[in-house]
Amino acid sequence: MSDRTLSRAGGLLDVPAWNAYRDWFRGRWAEGGRVAWGTAIGHLVVGLLAFAAVVSFDLGSLPIGGSLIGFLYVLAVAGTLYLATAPPAEPYLAWLDERWMTSDVDKLLIVLGHVSLGFFVFAVALGLPFNGLVNSLRSVFFFTAVYAMMVLALNLHWGYTGVFNIGIAAFMAVGVYAMAILSGPTEAGVAGVAGLGLPLPVAIVGGVLAAAFVGLLAALPALRLRADYFAIVTVAFSEIVRLTLTSQTFQEFTIPFTGIETGTGGAGGISMPVNPIRHLFFDGGDPALLGSVLFPVFRDLRVQLIPPGSSWLGIVPLPEFTLDLAVNPPVIVGVAYLFVLAGGVALFYVLLVRVGNSPFGRVLKAIREDEQVAEALGKDTRRFKIVAFMFGCGLMGLGGIMWHGSQGFTNPGAFRPIITFYVWVALIIGGAGSNTGSVLGGALFASLLWEGPTYLRRVVTNYVSFGDTPNAFPAAVSPFLEGEVLPFLAFLLDNVSALRFILVGVLLVWLMQRRPEGLLGHRKEEAAAVPLARPATRSDGGGGDE
Amino acid sequence: MGITESYARGRRVLGDRLPVVVTALLCGVLAVDLLRRLATGDLGGANLLGYLWEGLVVGLSIGLAGVGLSMTYSILNFANFGHGDYVTSGAFAGWAATWAIAGFGQFDLTSLLFIGQLSTRELGVSIATTPLAILAGIVVAGAFTVALSLVIDRLVYRPMRDQGGISLLIASIGVALALRYVIYIVFGQRTRGLTNSQAAPEYTVAVGAGAVEIGAHQVTLVLVAGALMLGLHLLLQRTKLGKAMRAMADNEDLARVTGIPTERVVRFTWIIGGGLAGAGGFLIALERGTMNFQFGWVLLLLIFAAVILGGIGSVYGAMFGGVVMGVAQNLSLVWIPNEFSTVAAFAVMIFVLLFKPEGIFSGVTTA
Repeated sequence: MSDRTLSRAGGLLDVPAWNAYRDWFRGRWAEGGRVAWGTAIGHLVVGLLAFAAVVSFDLGSLPIGGSLIGFLYVLAVAGTLYLATAPPAEPYLAWLDERWMTSDVDKLLIVLGHVSLGFFVFAVALGLPFNGLVNSLRSVFFFTAVYAMMVLALNLHWGYTGVFNIGIAAFMAVGVYAMAILSGPTEAGVAGVAGLGLPLPVAIVGGVLAAAFVGLLAALPALRLRADYFAIVTVAFSEIVRLTLTSQTFQEFTIPFTGIETGTGGAGGISMPVNPIRHLFFDGGDPALLGSVLFPVFRDLRVQLIPPGSSWLGIVPLPEFTLDLAVNPPVIVGVAYLFVLAGGVALFYVLLVRVGNSPFGRVLKAIREDEQVAEALGKDTRRFKIVAFMFGCGLMGLGGIMWHGSQGFTNPGAFRPIITFYVWVALIIGGAGSNTGSVLGGALFASLLWEGPTYLRRVVTNYVSFGDTPNAFPAAVSPFLEGEVLPFLAFLLDNVSALRFILVGVLLVWLMQRRPEGLLGHRKEEAAAVPLARPATRSDGGGGDE
Repeated sequence: MGITESYARGRRVLGDRLPVVVTALLCGVLAVDLLRRLATGDLGGANLLGYLWEGLVVGLSIGLAGVGLSMTYSILNFANFGHGDYVTSGAFAGWAATWAIAGFGQFDLTSLLFIGQLSTRELGVSIATTPLAILAGIVVAGAFTVALSLVIDRLVYRPMRDQGGISLLIASIGVALALRYVIYIVFGQRTRGLTNSQAAPEYTVAVGAGAVEIGAHQVTLVLVAGALMLGLHLLLQRTKLGKAMRAMADNEDLARVTGIPTERVVRFTWIIGGGLAGAGGFLIALERGTMNFQFGWVLLLLIFAAVILGGIGSVYGAMFGGVVMGVAQNLSLVWIPNEFSTVAAFAVMIFVLLFKPEGIFSGVTTA
């Protein structure tokens, strides 16, 4: 494993002079002790001098602000050192490779660790306080968890059963709306519709059952169809659901025979019950039990490492330094909800692994590989497909409830077909058929494609001032043709949300061409007597670096 | 024994046919209700004809855009989710050309080419005032989309010819996303007015007590769409290329063995399908008078429904399915509110698939 890493690191700079130099460095490094550290520190000093020279001559003319210089220096020296010598990072890479091959849990930890590291770097570059860092991590892991849940549910459809469902948004919407209507207060508020006033657990179960039932409705006609026909029927179904939720007709309606008035809220959306996690921390406006304990602890978490006015040996004055670990109450609540979501992901994961290994799951995989053969073996494939489809739809409903239930409010715009395709992209990145891959795909989608670009834009605009941002493409491209790059870059950064879609699209095409099975999409069939997996030729070490 | 057997058979027949029976009953009830409304004067004859005319116009535009989708499906064996954005790209390219020609010299060329914020009344584009600009727009829309679909085929689909339909489908979703947001970046997200609706004449045809209004842009769409479809029909039936296409759609391996240059047929499929998609997009925008960066994507679901309805892979099925979808969408206004007309169109598709899981023109491909 480390041979490959060595050759990869060497391949970056295959210049003879460099090679000789690198061998010399490696020899010194291998000696260890003072010699090795002396060499390393010597390099740092030389790097510092070289960088200072460059900065004083050139960088002053660039539109870059103050503290970035220091950041750039560390980056440049570390990068140069690594490229020139490789040894410092080699054990790390080898260790990563080894871990990556060991187990699925390690893969997950590696990706999550790198995601955390990446957003830590973003937070430092943005100069966010600890509270902001925790909040940005909370937001990226929130999306990781909700996407992981949706992808796991989709994996049951596509990875296990081979059913091509592109109506995920509809089943999510049904679960969320059913839950909101069931649990809503019986008296309509100022801006909202009345609900049935059922307790929250009943409403959640009701939402899941409603999603599963709608899944049955969609599956009954559609499962007689070919794969692509089925796909189109599901996407049509999801539009039918969305348009119905948007319509004014059902904004408020009376349930027949009971006289109970309720509704979907139309295009305006519907309010959701208060997140129960919030009740642990807040009681109305005041802190509740958990809140009264945790809030003060985190509010005052500031450690003064160097008090103002202190100095080294009474000669060199030292700058004041306070380790600020304070976290605000809303962030604490959000992090607590994250634990609930993590529990949800674990539940989905365990459930799907168990289903996959059960006799039921084996029939599903047989259907995926060849439906006719499964049928010839005496399995009622239609029934299996319908049950699996309903099960997956119920899970999508539950995932949707955990996603949107935390926000206090939802509207039909949250369930456009694009959401379905996001979940698909995450599944394909991770690899269809692998549950760990599903979670990985969710994490990579949420960090690299969803949150990453916006943070990158914030970092760049924080340090680089582009002047006026053009408001339209022609105004951006005409200076570009005259050799001015900055307005064009500013325009692109301003449209980073659109660039994100283009990135997703290009990535999809690239994955389909190069690696259609995704990162972990090797489908292991436990029932087979002979290992079906290809002999390990190459792996993908160190995925998920920011 | 006889009783249980015939009972079981009866149950099986009814069980298999239940959706069909229900659908037939539903159609019967709706037809009777339609007649009742006409008889009681609840629904004027002119109203009904108006719905049918609107349905035909919308249906032909959907059908025109759907032909390319159907052809790529039958020859390349995948459902192309990027097709809706080919339609959008063609429309934007065509309208840029139309505006540039119509407003040349009067307005700033940049804002013309980027279909910027100009007063549509001052620019005055319509089939009556600037027929040449519109005609040039159709041609540019078609030509641009042909070029675009060939480039995308070269970059995306050709390297994955040997892969399954689902992989290609997913790749086409990627193409759709990338294309749509490139248009977004270049042209912005604004919904823009295109034509001067005052300048296009409206013909009023008196029917009974009421009247049906027929717009000049609608007539243009119907005529051009009809001509293009007729041309396609002749191409498929009379030329060697058409024969090769039909052979390849039927059985690709057999076609290759017979010496048909499959790669060339694929190229012509993109040329024809892309050209029709672009022209269709331009005409749809002409008829509506407005467009934005995602109108093709929104339309795609209807196009798919139409194509599936007609039996995916069949060109005539696509045309017929388009008209059925358009008419269903508009005729549903007799019974249900406007906001459910798209729902009605999708419901019709799902119901038809209950009858014929392979679509109406199933078994006949590309001919």
